[in-house]
This record gives sequence, C-alpha cells and structure tokens, in this order.
Amino acid sequence: MTQLTGLLDTEAIRKDFPALDRTVHDGRRLVYLDNAATSQKPRQVLDALTTYYERHNANVHRGVHVLAEEATALYEGARDRVATFINAPSRDEVIFTKNASESLNLVANMLGWADDPYRVDERTEIVITEMEHHSNIVPWQLLSQRTGATLRWFGLTDDGRLDLSRIEEVITERTKIVSFVLVSNILGTVNPVETIVRRAQEVGALVLIDASQAAPHQVLDVQALQADFVAFTGHKMCGPTGIGVLWGRQELLEDLPPFLGGGEMIETVSMSSSTYAPAPYKFEAGTPPIAQAVGLGAAIDYLSGIGMERIAAHEHAITAYALERLASVPDLRVIGPPDVRDRGAAISFTLGDIHPHDVGQVLDELGIAVRVGHHCARPVCLRYGVPATTRASFYLYSTPAEVDALVEGLEHVRDFFG
Amino acid sequence: MKLESMYQDVILDHYKNPRGRGLREGDAEVHHVNPTCGDEITLRVRLDGDTIADVSYEGQGCSISQAGASVLNELLVGAKIADARRIQESFLELMQSKGRLEPDDEMEEILQDAVAFAGVSKYPARVKCALLSWMAWKDATAQAAGGEEATAQAAGGEEATAQAAGGEEATAQAAGGEEATARVGAVNHHNREIS
Repeated sequence: MTQLTGLLDTEAIRKDFPALDRTVHDGRRLVYLDNAATSQKPRQVLDALTTYYERHNANVHRGVHVLAEEATALYEGARDRVATFINAPSRDEVIFTKNASESLNLVANMLGWADDPYRVDERTEIVITEMEHHSNIVPWQLLSQRTGATLRWFGLTDDGRLDLSRIEEVITERTKIVSFVLVSNILGTVNPVETIVRRAQEVGALVLIDASQAAPHQVLDVQALQADFVAFTGHKMCGPTGIGVLWGRQELLEDLPPFLGGGEMIETVSMSSSTYAPAPYKFEAGTPPIAQAVGLGAAIDYLSGIGMERIAAHEHAITAYALERLASVPDLRVIGPPDVRDRGAAISFTLGDIHPHDVGQVLDELGIAVRVGHHCARPVCLRYGVPATTRASFYLYSTPAEVDALVEGLEHVRDFFG
Repeated sequence: MKLESMYQDVILDHYKNPRGRGLREGDAEVHHVNPTCGDEITLRVRLDGDTIADVSYEGQGCSISQAGASVLNELLVGAKIADARRIQESFLELMQSKGRLEPDDEMEEILQDAVAFAGVSKYPARVKCALLSWMAWKDATAQAAGGEEATAQAAGGEEATAQAAGGEEATAQAAGGEEATARVGAVNHHNREIS
C-alpha cells in the first residue's frame, strides 16, 4: 500500500462514533461511505442532545425561569460557535434554519418579495450551474416562474468542472443573484469561488454559496469567500438532523423582508400590522430547533478540536488514494474530476453496464454503505449520459482499509454480474 | 449469502437474456419511471380481442426492473386479459408481502418464473423496481382495452349514443390507467430516498 501522509488518528476518532462500531448482515463490520448524504454522530454530540433534554429543556427567548434562561443561553451559544466557525463578522448574521434547502429557499423568497434594488422580476436574471443539488435548482425555478425572471446556468466540462469560458455572457448587468455550490455533492468538484464572485460583483449581483459539502470538510471563512449569503446544513458535519444555517451580510438581512411569519420574529403585533425583530430573529419564526442547534454547537466544538485543516488534509489523502485504487478496477468510470486537485471527498462512478442499484445492493451485503441514484443532481447524470451513479464519500473517520474494502467489493460486484 | 435470495439465477438469466425486448407495434404505449433510481420503461401492449397479442418494451435500469419486464413478456403474451390481470394481482400481492409470503403451489403455478422475485419483496427499496413494468403493463392494457372497446362499438355501426357509451367506457378504462399510475406513485413515494 502507498504510504499516505496527513492521515488523522482514525483509530481514536472512530471510538467517538458508536454507529461505526456496529455490524450489519450477520456480523459484517460497517464500512460507512455515505458521508455526503449524512455523517455519523460522535458521542459528544449525542451527549449534548441528551443533556439538553434531561436538564435544560425549555422554550427560548421567553419565560424568566431558570430552564428558559439556560435553554436560551445554550441556543445562543450555538449561534456564537457557528459565527466563529465560519468567521462571520457578527453573530447576528447567523440564521438557524432546518436544513440547507430551507436556507436556499429562504434567500429565494427574500428576493422574490424584496423591493428594489434587490427585487427579482421579469426584467432580471438568476444564474445557477448545471452541477447544483436539486435544492439549489428548484427554488430558483419556482422564483423565476412566479416573477417572470429568466433562469440561466453554467454548463459543465467533460472532466466535471464548471465551464466558465463565457462567464461574461452568463452573468450580466441583468443578473440579480448568482447561486452556486462550493463543493459538488455528486462530482466532488471544488468550484473557483473567486472567479465567479469577482464577475458577480462587477455587475452588482448578489452571490449565494451552497456550502453543504464544504462546511463539514474544510475551513469555511465567509469573509474570505466574499459572498453575500452562505448556506449549509448541520447533519453532514456530525450534527443532528433538523438544523441548518444561513449566513447573510448584515445590511442585506436588515433590508430584506422576512419570509415566514410567526412568533419570535416580531417586534410588535396589532390586528392590522406588525413590525419585525432585527436579524437574525426576523428570519426565525416559531420555536426554533433548539436541541438541534445545541447539537450543532457540540459538533462544531468536536470538529474544531480536531482542526478543519487537519480534517481536510486527511480527506485529501484518502480521496487521492481512493482515486488511485479505483482506477485499477476494470470498466470503472469516474464521473467528475479524475484527479484530486480542487476535489472534495465524494467520488461518483459507473461500473460497466451494471446498474448502480445493483452495485449498491451487492456492496451493502458486504457491509459497505454507498449511495446510488442521481444524488438529487439529475441534470449532472443527464449531462454525462448516465442514468445514475454509485457514490463513495469519505469523512474524518474514513480509513485506507475502507477504500480497500470498497475496491474488493467492486471486484465482487463484477464477478456477481459478470 | 442472503443476497442470492434476491438475485435468483432465473432473474439474472432474464436480465442477461431479455425475452421480447424492443418496441413493436401496439395499441397503447406508456412510459413509466422510478424517480429514485432512474429506472425507465416504455411499454406497448397489442391486443387481439381479449387476448394479449404482444407486450413490447424498451428501458434502462437495474437488473430487477429489467428482468421484471422480461418475465412479464414471457408470462403474459398469449394470455387472456382476465388471466393476465390475475397474474398481475398475484405478483403484486407477492411483492407487497415484505418477504413474509411463502408462495404456495397455486401461486407458483400462476407466476412461474415470476415467483423468483419473492426474495425481492424483503428489500423495500427494490420492490418498486420489480413492479415498474407490471404497473406500466396494467396502465397500457387499460388504455388499449378501452380504445379497443370504443373502436368495436364504432365499427359495429351503432348509433351515436352507443358510440358515446363506448367512449365513456374508454374514459373509465383510462381512469383505471390513472389509478394504476397512482398506485405506482404510491409505491414509489413509500420507498423514496430523500432527494
């Protein structure tokens, strides 16, 4: 085996994740390679959830009793942790949502209801890319259908990258918003943020970055990205499900209208009209996912304790090793960048004519969990002429031995259907 | 290995050597998809009176969905429509059994090669793959039979009212087709991955 450098002490890390210790299908050790779908959860996060419910459970921002104050402090403490984690200039720029999809939909709806200069209408254009997750396509289709705005997108090159060759024709003076994924969930591509942001800024368009596959794996600095909004989700980064984040620049959050109305988001209410709380509360109607936010805070503590640079280096080494090993499997075609440069830890592939559903089923029998299908990015499958792909995706606890198990499993798949 | 209970040799054989594959002339054509995994089938039914003269198909997808279409072709071509519907219902019952139904002699007699799919019913994510072609067939047959009856009425030179009645029946059959689609939709929905 090639000597890999930059690996984390996975033996110690894996002890923190109870699910990684389980067996499936009559005693086979689980090989969990579906991290782009969701990560497993460390004991530290599970404990934070349990402790919250056992000791501090109350509704937030109301009530003067001890538990209400503790719950509020924990919830707002999680906001502080997120703000630090993404280097936000202000904690008030961190909006809790239920997931990245809600964060993306929130921006689309803010712009749909906004006044000038932010308003999206029939004279304006929305720009996305062909490699977006459906959650960054459908909200913009809805917005364009409702407002008459034109939806445009960047196509892809044969090696799985954005085709930015005609960027000046795609992002124009009419563009109001450019929304794109930082790391593709299906191709693994890491996109050139600076090039796109620079062009958007030239024409005065807002920029929204879907960082769902970036936040768990690398340093995420919203100031360095220079975007206007950044969306991501908690459950892919060791946190619980039901908690997402939208970061937005403060002046935008002040100017843009709320989307959901309800408790928490108001200042005063009369029967004829209401005024709204300042951001972020203006965008957090109703009782928020309190325990889930606390869990996300614990996940951030956990990841920060290890260090995002070290996690990125570990995954880079594992991904390079996986690409090298997969290249040795006959009939295997990687859908996405063939090398590890500007690449995240998800690798999609096809295996001859064997349908990904069959590949995934046989791997599952060996205890290997991968994702099969179109990965909520069907336009990518259409672009590369495949009905679906098999995807292996890695995280801080993934090991070279698990890559070896995958490669052996694929040989078994070939034998089975050969 | 438990997996062999799903991938029976019979299924793999139909997958590798599909029977009756390719689109031929038909009285009705439907296109059904499985949105989770991208399985697709275009299926045509040709009727000769109350007999299924041909079921032709083109599709792409996993071994289970493609073998399913092949087995269906082998089982239903030449059958009376009423018998074919009984086979379809029996297959549906087997697929919805979650692996708890041990096919008896009568079921084996009815389903023949299709009984090999019993193991698939233990895998909720794959049941819709197995059912794809069967739901498409049900839909297409309802459309073809509806059209045929309407045509028969018209050809009989009956009065306009009779034709209208035939037309209504055709509409009712088409509604039956919608029901078939709705059921496929329900199965799909039940097993949907988050996407």
